Parts: sequence; structure tokens; C-alpha cells
Amino acid sequence: MIVMSDRELVKVVDLYKHFPIRTGFLSSLRSRNGSSIKAVDGISLSIRKGEIFGLVGESGCGKTTTGRVILRLLEPTKGRVYFGDVELTELEKDKLKRYRREMQIIFQDPFESLNPKMTIRDLVVEPLEIHGIGDHESERTELVSNALEEVQLTPSEDFLFRYPHELSGGQRQRVAIARALILRPKFVVADEPVSMLDVSIRTEVLNLMLDLKTKLGLTYLFITHDLAIARYMSEDIGVMYLGKIVEFGDVHEILGDPDHPYTQALIAAVPVADVETKRQDIPIKGETPQPIDIPKGCRFNPRCPYAFERCFKEEPELFEVDPGHGAACFLYDEFHNGRIERGRIPTSNSFSALAQSQP
Amino acid sequence: MPPILEVKDLKMYYETMKGDIKAVDDIRFTLEKGEALGLAGESGCGKTSVALAILKLLPYNAKIVSGELLLDGKNILTMSDDDVRKTVRWKRISMVPQAAMNALNPVFKVSEQITEAIVFHEQVPENEAKSRSLELLKRVGIDPSRADHYPHEFSGGMKQRVMIAMALACNPEIIIADEPTTALDVIVQAQVLKVIKTLQDELDLSMILISHDLSVVAQTCDRSIIMYAGKIAEDASTKELFTESLHPYSIGLIGAFPSLAGEKKRLKSISGSPPNLLNPPSGCRFHPRCPHARKICVAEVPPLLETHERHYVSCHMVNRHHEYV
Repeated sequence: MIVMSDRELVKVVDLYKHFPIRTGFLSSLRSRNGSSIKAVDGISLSIRKGEIFGLVGESGCGKTTTGRVILRLLEPTKGRVYFGDVELTELEKDKLKRYRREMQIIFQDPFESLNPKMTIRDLVVEPLEIHGIGDHESERTELVSNALEEVQLTPSEDFLFRYPHELSGGQRQRVAIARALILRPKFVVADEPVSMLDVSIRTEVLNLMLDLKTKLGLTYLFITHDLAIARYMSEDIGVMYLGKIVEFGDVHEILGDPDHPYTQALIAAVPVADVETKRQDIPIKGETPQPIDIPKGCRFNPRCPYAFERCFKEEPELFEVDPGHGAACFLYDEFHNGRIERGRIPTSNSFSALAQSQP
Repeated sequence: MPPILEVKDLKMYYETMKGDIKAVDDIRFTLEKGEALGLAGESGCGKTSVALAILKLLPYNAKIVSGELLLDGKNILTMSDDDVRKTVRWKRISMVPQAAMNALNPVFKVSEQITEAIVFHEQVPENEAKSRSLELLKRVGIDPSRADHYPHEFSGGMKQRVMIAMALACNPEIIIADEPTTALDVIVQAQVLKVIKTLQDELDLSMILISHDLSVVAQTCDRSIIMYAGKIAEDASTKELFTESLHPYSIGLIGAFPSLAGEKKRLKSISGSPPNLLNPPSGCRFHPRCPHARKICVAEVPPLLETHERHYVSCHMVNRHHEYV
């Protein structure tokens, strides 16, 4: 039994999700142990009450799978998830339903997550029906109206009997938010909630989510590939690479002074809407490998400009760099044990020097 | 020096059962030799339609209502399709399409696809075309030993590089890159943008880079145009556009981007959403969302005027219409 502090709402301990690859009969004879896609490969994190925890990473790094496994929309392969003092991963399916009320999800694509044949009222009332909230139709409709007003779809009567195709992308995502929040959850997983929206609409949805968080005392796991949005929304972030968190800590600390070489590359690669800033050369070669064949040792070693012997043999755990700030990189362990000097520790500035020294 | 490409009062509509969608409505701009021009705006603002019109690659229901496209002074729109195919497309203007991952033919080796384009456009022997295709692959950073691989053996970033090599196959003067990095992750995006920028400089190409991401445009282009609902809102040097933007839409759009540095402030949003171009709003198309709109903005379409040197804005307020003075 893991003790949760009062301030923690969600705690994830050593979580794995591997998807087996189904092969044909003949190839299954050839190789006994079927390979699998290691979407989530040993993740631990904890989310404080009332905080927005940002999970960032490139496509295919496993951030969406992590969000779904935490809510048990997907069953984990291994590992534990605690919600308050309940271990979700242990619960029977029928007991889980009670907790589903308190944990909701907002999906990425509001063009696909809403049933096109249902009216907005039917879409938003559905969670109430499933959980048996409200006695009469009129009471439920009232609750739906309030929920729509809350996400600024006003006046709500104008929206109740319309269909998703009559709404713009931003309005649809508001419906999705209303659907998630009508049950008054404590914890919401927001999976790239604005990546399908245009810039001018995106901001409104982000601000709405921030306002509702304050108003309803929510806790979010905010999944995004966009570092600038993660910075805008979250307090703490975790950076994922190939199914693992490689760096975590305070968002300003990480984005201002990243410690893991991957995070450094990621930040250097973000184009900045500022003509004065010159793009840095990034000495990271190639692209993320498939999560089927994860490199041995540190999974970033084939692309890392600093990789040394140890990185090819062992897998690094998250080493504490500063209190509350960890990086899964042996350079920090070597430094703490006095085996290398501070000068060998990479900083975001040392990238440009490295890029210039390369032919 | 006269511009290499001049777009004059171009109108391109899409015919639908419900009426015409006014996707490109009275657009004019110029592209100088060796210039990198950014075309930015949200989805559905007509950026890609402009590119298709320049290549005269019109979708079946599109029609050019009016306007001229002058390539070195010669109007592409009055040329026959055959002429455009033989003398303009690929040889003078070529395109890196959106979603390049799907643009390659999966059953041919990548070098074959480049070779095919060269042989079709220039009457050269196949082995010469083949060696040129290897040269091109090298230029975009693909090892020639991979030339005989099939597209599925390449990653997304590599496929995009192949598409760039293909666009350069017949030594064009103008290259139109339509969202060349949209489907790529940031690190790969940075790598590909660098290839594009380096080649543009080395080969002295004129380029139109289309993107919904203002920061990509800011870091790659000399001059930028912001489009809104089929019209040009603002056209200026990238530096001016990002530091002293004048059109309320440009200001709103730039302000809506969260940043990676600096103080964390609440972002301002633009209320409402872009209009349906079947029935665009009267007058200034931005007026229903504009915080400064007045009567004139509802009544009259604002002309695109030069506010100061090479900085064009279509806004009654910026251009000091008497209602605002």
C-alpha cells in the first residue's frame, strides 16, 4: 500500500502498457515470443490536487495511452494507479463506475468524439442518464442548460436542439467540455483538447478550461505536443520519449533550463514567432525509433550527442537534478558521484557550440 | 528589378450546389526574385487555393473569376493547359504539397519517381535523369544508397525530403511549399525547414511558404502575408509584421500564440469564428469579430493600401477612413 500525501490526487506507480502485435499463424511459429508495441514503458508520476500537470512529447511517445490507462479506459499491462486513497487498478469493473463520475476525459477531436446523430442536449444529458442523476427530464434539461452556459454556449436554448455539424470546431469542443464537466468530476484528462482548433479559437478554449478549473476546483492531466501551450496551462510537466518520462518538474524550470538532452533538443526545435531569434542548429540526428524495438540502455542513446559507454549498457532512472526536478540521464548521476566535472553537463547553450564543432 | 511573379486581383471561387464559395477574393501580391514569402492564415482562409491557382492546378469545381498571374510579365491564366504543363509547371514553378507522406506513389522506388518527372519534362536519357535524381537526394540529405527504396521504408521527415528533391528536379525558379512541415514533429520539422531554407539560399530560389503556423513563417520568410477569409489582411516584411502589425486580425492572431519565453500573461482571444465563405460578411470580412468595427466596416470593403513603404493593410481604421479620424 502506497501512502498518498493529502495534497496528491492521482499517483501513478511504474505503469506499463504494451500492445501485442498480432501476427499470422506462420510467423507466430517462427518467433515464439510475439513482439509488442511498448506504448507506455514504466511511468511514475503524481498530480497534486488543483494542479494542471502537463504531459508533453512528440507523436507516438505514449502520452495519449498514458492518459487512457490512468482512467482505465485501457487496462494496464502492469503498474498501479491511485486516485485519492483508492487503487483504481485493483477495482472490479462494476465498482469502477462509481469513480468514473469523478474522473472524466476530453478528447482531441471534437469532430469525431461527438455522435453526429445526437442533439447537443442528448449528448450532454447522456452522462447524467448513465449515472442516474436527476429525476425528471425537466430537471436534467435544466442541468444541461447550466452546463452549456458554463462553457459559454449562450443562450443555451439556441444550442440544445442543434446537431454537432451545425457547430464550429470551437463550439463542438465546448460541448465536449460540458459533457465531461456535467458530472462535476475532480479529475479531468484533457487529451490535446485544442490541437484540432485554429489559433484564434484555441485561446478561448484554453482560457475557458483555466477559468473552469478555478471555479470548479478541478485537477487536470493536460496532454499536449505543444510546449508553448504546456507552458501556458501547466504548473508541472513531464516530458515523454518512447514510452518513458525523461524529465519532470516545474514547467518554468524545465522550459527555461532543460536538463535532459532530449528536452533541450525539443525546446531548441520549437519555432519562435519572433524574427530576432535565430534558429539554433540541433545536433540531434534522425527520428524517434518505433516503440517495438526500443534501444538498449538509455532509449535516447542513438540520437544523443552526449552518449557515453554507460548509456548503451544500463537504463537511466530519473535522477534528481534539483529538488522536485528530475532527468533520466546518466550525466547527472556521474556528476553527483564526482565522476565528471560540471563542464561536461550539457546546457541548452552548449547545443550551438556542439553544432558548430561538428563538420 | 521587376518581380518574378505578380498576382493581380485574383478571384477564385468554388462552385457548389448552394452557390459559390469565395475562397480567394481579390488578392494581389508580388514575389521578388530570391525572396521567401510567407502566406499565413487559419484553415479555410484560401492559402492553398492561391497556390493551386498559381500552378493552374484547379480542382474540378474551381473557377477563376478574374485576375492575372504574371510570371515574368506573361499571364499564366491565359496560357493553354498544355503550355502550362510543358513550360511552367515543374520547370519554372513547382510545389511541395501538403501531406507529402501521401503524395508519393507507394509502388515505385523513390528514385524512379524523381527520374520520371525529369524525363517527362526534359528530353534527357534515363540514365542521366537517374544520376540527377541521386544528386538531388544527396542535396536534401538522403544517402543515395537509399534511392532504390520504396516510400514505406522512409520516415515522415525523409518522405518530405524526397518531395523537396522532386520539386527541385527540373531546376525551377519558384517553389511553393504548402504546409511542408505540418504533419511532422518539432525536431524533424526544424530539420526539414533547415533543408528548405538552405536550398532556397544556395539555389537563389523564390519561395512561397504556406503555413498556418506563424512561427514557422516568422523564422523562414523575408516577407509575410496574413490572409483572412479569402482576402489579404496585411502584407509586410516579416520583421514589421511581427513587431508592428497594424491589422486588428494580425494583432489578434499574433497575440493568440502562447510563447516559450517571457512573462506568462493571459492570452487574448479573438471572439467568434471565421465566416462561411458561401456568404461572407459584407464590407470588411473581419468586422463581426473586430473590436474596432464601425459602420463603414459593415458597408464597404476596405481596400489593400500601402501605409508606408511595402507595408500593405486592408483596414478602414488603419487607413484612416474619415469615420475614424
